[in-house]
Amino acid sequence: MNLDPKIPAGDLADKWDNHRFRLKLVNPANKRRYRIAVVGSGLAGASAAASLAELGYEVDCFCFQDSPRRAHSIAAQGGINAAKNYQNDGDSVYRLFYDTLKGGDFRSREANTYRLAQVSVQIIDQCVAQGVPFAREYGGHLANRSFGGAQVSRTFYARGQTGQQLLLGAYSALSRQIGAGKVTMHVRSEMLDLVVADGHAKGLITRDLVTGAIRRHAADAVVLATGGYGNVFYLSTNAKGCNVTAAYRAFRRGAGFANPCFTQIHPTCIPVSGEHQSKLTLMSESLRNDGRIWVPLRHGDKRPPNEIPDAERDYYLERKYPSFGNLAPRDISSRSAKEACDEGRGVGESGLGVYLDFRDAIRRLGRDVIEQRYGNLFHMYAKITAEDPYQVPMRIYPAVHYTMGGLWVDYNLMATIPGLFVIGEANFSDHGANRLGASALMQGLADGYFVLPYTIGDYLAQSKPGAAHVDHEAFIEAESAVEKRIAALLAIGGRRSVDSFHRELGRIMWEYCGMARTDAGLRRALEEIPALREQFWSDLRLLGGADSLNVSLEKAGRVADFLDYGELMCRDALARTESCGGHFRVESQTDDGEAKRDDEQFAHVSVWEHRDGDEPVMHKEPLTFEYVHPSVRSYK
Amino acid sequence: MRLTLHVWRQANSAARGGMVTYQLDDVSPDESFLEMLDKLNEQLIERGEEPVAFDHDCREGICGSCSLMIDGIAHGPDAATTTCQLHMRRFRDGAEIYIEPWRAKAFPVLRDLITDRSAFDRVIQAGGYVSVNTGSAPDANAVPVPKADADAAMDAAACIGCGACVATCKNASAMLFVGAKLAHLARLPQGQAERRMRAKRMVEQMDAEGFGACTNQLECEAVCPKEIRVSVIAAMNRDFLRSSVF
Repeated sequence: MNLDPKIPAGDLADKWDNHRFRLKLVNPANKRRYRIAVVGSGLAGASAAASLAELGYEVDCFCFQDSPRRAHSIAAQGGINAAKNYQNDGDSVYRLFYDTLKGGDFRSREANTYRLAQVSVQIIDQCVAQGVPFAREYGGHLANRSFGGAQVSRTFYARGQTGQQLLLGAYSALSRQIGAGKVTMHVRSEMLDLVVADGHAKGLITRDLVTGAIRRHAADAVVLATGGYGNVFYLSTNAKGCNVTAAYRAFRRGAGFANPCFTQIHPTCIPVSGEHQSKLTLMSESLRNDGRIWVPLRHGDKRPPNEIPDAERDYYLERKYPSFGNLAPRDISSRSAKEACDEGRGVGESGLGVYLDFRDAIRRLGRDVIEQRYGNLFHMYAKITAEDPYQVPMRIYPAVHYTMGGLWVDYNLMATIPGLFVIGEANFSDHGANRLGASALMQGLADGYFVLPYTIGDYLAQSKPGAAHVDHEAFIEAESAVEKRIAALLAIGGRRSVDSFHRELGRIMWEYCGMARTDAGLRRALEEIPALREQFWSDLRLLGGADSLNVSLEKAGRVADFLDYGELMCRDALARTESCGGHFRVESQTDDGEAKRDDEQFAHVSVWEHRDGDEPVMHKEPLTFEYVHPSVRSYK
Repeated sequence: MRLTLHVWRQANSAARGGMVTYQLDDVSPDESFLEMLDKLNEQLIERGEEPVAFDHDCREGICGSCSLMIDGIAHGPDAATTTCQLHMRRFRDGAEIYIEPWRAKAFPVLRDLITDRSAFDRVIQAGGYVSVNTGSAPDANAVPVPKADADAAMDAAACIGCGACVATCKNASAMLFVGAKLAHLARLPQGQAERRMRAKRMVEQMDAEGFGACTNQLECEAVCPKEIRVSVIAAMNRDFLRSSVF
């Protein structure tokens, strides 16, 4: 497997400029002869499809939802980072680069991360020009807020709906190109396989989710913008439809999968309320500015929170991390909450929750101030839990939120299969082992608006347009594989529903590949997952047929891939015996329980290669740091 | 909780649909409405019946996928709430609940509770954007935008495109949806260059899709989960008139 990252030569600050000059160009008159397939219509996919069409390429864009506007980017709340330095508080491209690299615990590429910081400033310009209604000051200029992992104010936001507004901006640009006939939009279409012909990605196979029709689509290049794999845990903050199928199918066709165990677990989510739970809801991290986190000192103390006196409460973050206290970073806060619950001190009916208490803040500042700051969040919390957080402490628990791993890409965002490009959360390149808040939106739009449109031209300029044809044997083979798989799923005729398998997989993943991972636990997961997969393929009950709208069939295909993917995650987590960012190996911690990175052995990207009928094999891309020397993160 | 559910079942857009009644026990008041339907579906699968198809995705009230007429009200009884954020504690034990899809000529039923809302996309494609190619934007702070304008634009831009406004309207009018997009862009300097053309094109496409006219009953405003105000319709009418007269 060729893992040359193709990092351009030259000084860090000049790499992207130099590279853009060296990239080959496609003659404007020739662009319309090239057809590009973009899978996914979130921030990365919509921005890429629109920008490529504006350049003159013919674009096909696919999404499984009923409209491109519904992609899960829409749910992002907090904001988008950019090194504009509008606040004159010392921000710069280099500082954003540094914060992102350090936040990722030194497991990402310097050159990619620097480029991300560079193009961040253009993103804000572009979005404002589209009519994105960012928050403004009275003078009419853009407002900024602070966010975790940074000491400057560089986050742009549109109330608590930044993701929605940015996505609607990209959707409007995409809609303009659909209206102009330059993008053909395929809604309710799910990619079920990648077609690789003569060693190059040349198209895909989709299923029309309304009619069940299986279709072949030829392209000169394929772009995957299909998001992350958080739903392997069943319960996550992801939308219900988010899945790993497109990325996993590409992996099966030869694309390397990088760092599949890197998962971000967000500390402040509303806890699971029962067996019926279908997804988890995030409560903004900003609440930790005024809320104090605690659990009862005594195990199994079931008294209502307000009856537990202060002396019998354990404000464990304040105790363990006196200088950061309740504002300890995401990974550390999440792990500490788990520890408290594992000790039997968790709260709520399930025992999987900790208190986030505003009593002291309300006493100090008054209810009005708290209401001004967090009113909408308190309202949402009350709506979901039927408890009044002004009166009783909130209950929170960590939940799976984002995935830093993804398909391996080089500096051009091209996967190990030539002609396959991967952008947004679906690739692995910019966030290392932990993503900072407000950086996901930045990366999705950076890739789609300002990186891919340049780099894809370099690939296309070296290939003949229209070379792929749907009659090629690779298309026939892939289509037949898809049809066989659907028929196999429908033929099982067992007793258990898809959801019951998905829940069980989620339980295994959360237990053994969640916030704290051990050698023994991961080995156990590697026994339980194949056993569950075997049950799935022998005991699944799937009703209805292949030729109509069949929601269970859609889910079954996704869960089948999650069952394979979960195993890959556990393999990767087992191989990485160090702790870094969101990946905590219990065996690798300091005497006082902090994550211990091992730069000697693990300063690399783990890239997995699929082998038919055999175990996947791992390759390494070494990470070298020329500008920032990896240091130890401490929050004591 | 024990519930009696009357649910619209329809095999496909060509088939004839009808209400089917189901009993559902052991519903927790903490479940969301869609989790209650998940539970029904698990039971149907166990009995060998095909589950009820409904659109949903984020389950956080922002993607606009979920729909449902619940006891005749779009998104159910709670104000400013999408179906996915509605919880069963809002209903009483033993309740009978009627669950139907959006009903509008422009939103044909695809199966059970799922409708085709692509007409909304086509209205946006007709002009619901600012024509600016990637890369040609000036600095973001080059044009100051008064805070009041930015806030008003954001109020209108909060629309999630769910279609409740159409579903609840006796005329199946889409004017709240179209007006929201026009009002969003019309309040910003970036939206001025194409303002009249945009109004003309979007309104024409809206009519072509088969949406009805507005007769000022304000039901759309009452059910809108994002509390879009009908003043956007007045603004739309003004811009449309200007585009045709001047």
